[in-house]
Amino acid sequence: MALLECKQLTKNYGNNPALDHVDLTIEPGRIVGLLGPNGSGKTTLIKIANGLLVPTSGTLTIDGMAPGQETKKLVSYLPERTYLSTWMNVVQLLDFFCDFYPDFDRAAAEHMLTALEISPNLRIKQMSKGTREKVQLILVMSRKARLYLLDEPIGGVDPATRDYIIRTIISNYNEQASVLISTHLIADVENVLDDVIFINKGHVVLQSSVDEIRAEKNCSVDELFREVFRYAV
Amino acid sequence: MEWTFQPDLPIYTQLVAQMTQAILSGTIAPGARLPGVRELAAEAGVNPNTMQRAMAELEQGGLIFSQRTSGRFVTDDEAVIDDARRRLARRQVDAFWTSMARLGYDRERTLQLLTQDEKEEDA
Repeated sequence: MALLECKQLTKNYGNNPALDHVDLTIEPGRIVGLLGPNGSGKTTLIKIANGLLVPTSGTLTIDGMAPGQETKKLVSYLPERTYLSTWMNVVQLLDFFCDFYPDFDRAAAEHMLTALEISPNLRIKQMSKGTREKVQLILVMSRKARLYLLDEPIGGVDPATRDYIIRTIISNYNEQASVLISTHLIADVENVLDDVIFINKGHVVLQSSVDEIRAEKNCSVDELFREVFRYAV
Repeated sequence: MEWTFQPDLPIYTQLVAQMTQAILSGTIAPGARLPGVRELAAEAGVNPNTMQRAMAELEQGGLIFSQRTSGRFVTDDEAVIDDARRRLARRQVDAFWTSMARLGYDRERTLQLLTQDEKEEDA
């Protein structure tokens, strides 16, 4: 069964459609890039999958269920903005995640924090923007979830950390799990993706595997993206 | 090992080519045990499924083989390695003839040029 499935999913903000009759499926064991320019509907889709927004019409299901308490056990979500209390330090955050999620692997998180030289006593408010993003991603990837929904996971970090994060994503998810990464930094992630979904103005304009794109169009996903979303000068 | 990727070719074919190159050149020794797929994928910064597909293709060609419990190994069969080397060389030569033909050189003139080069080098 598909891990995530959208059928005719539509979300309007007033009269503006953010998602317009979107059909898509994500199978288990895939790393999928959700790619689109600003305002294309990426975050709206991810928020619906986490039950933070309700569709105007159509359905989105996770493992056959509508978003809710049960699906939150399966989904590990990295929002585009931090929601963690800024007075907490790293150890308190680890305690917090342990309390919340039975699938949280504390040892894995501690290992990654050490690798990125993040001190356990540091409070969030003392951290730089990049370090906050690292900590948040480490927490999210340390859950043994079925589906990881990562909204712009690498936007604010330097290239070396970006490499580390991408390798972390590859080596941490298990073969039955899937990862959905929304980003516009395509060149950085395309080598790790199985499939890409191009989304524009609330429509899915392309869903394909990375190697299919490269074999058929003789160009990288990054180049194809620039071609598909080119603005007239 | 160092991995580099061209933008206009499927990643798995590039993985196969680079692994083959490493085996033929001895960078990865005959009989050596390979790291796990996931480890290799993380090292190359590619998708584990893509690495898996590349491994399957290399296995099909006989350059690597898997043992159910202990992992994947590079072949130590010299005949298989020589065979792969010859096939790759053949392909390079074919590509060479094609690009010479594109320049308007027929077989004879190309051969002439090749022997001429040798003479110049001798001189």
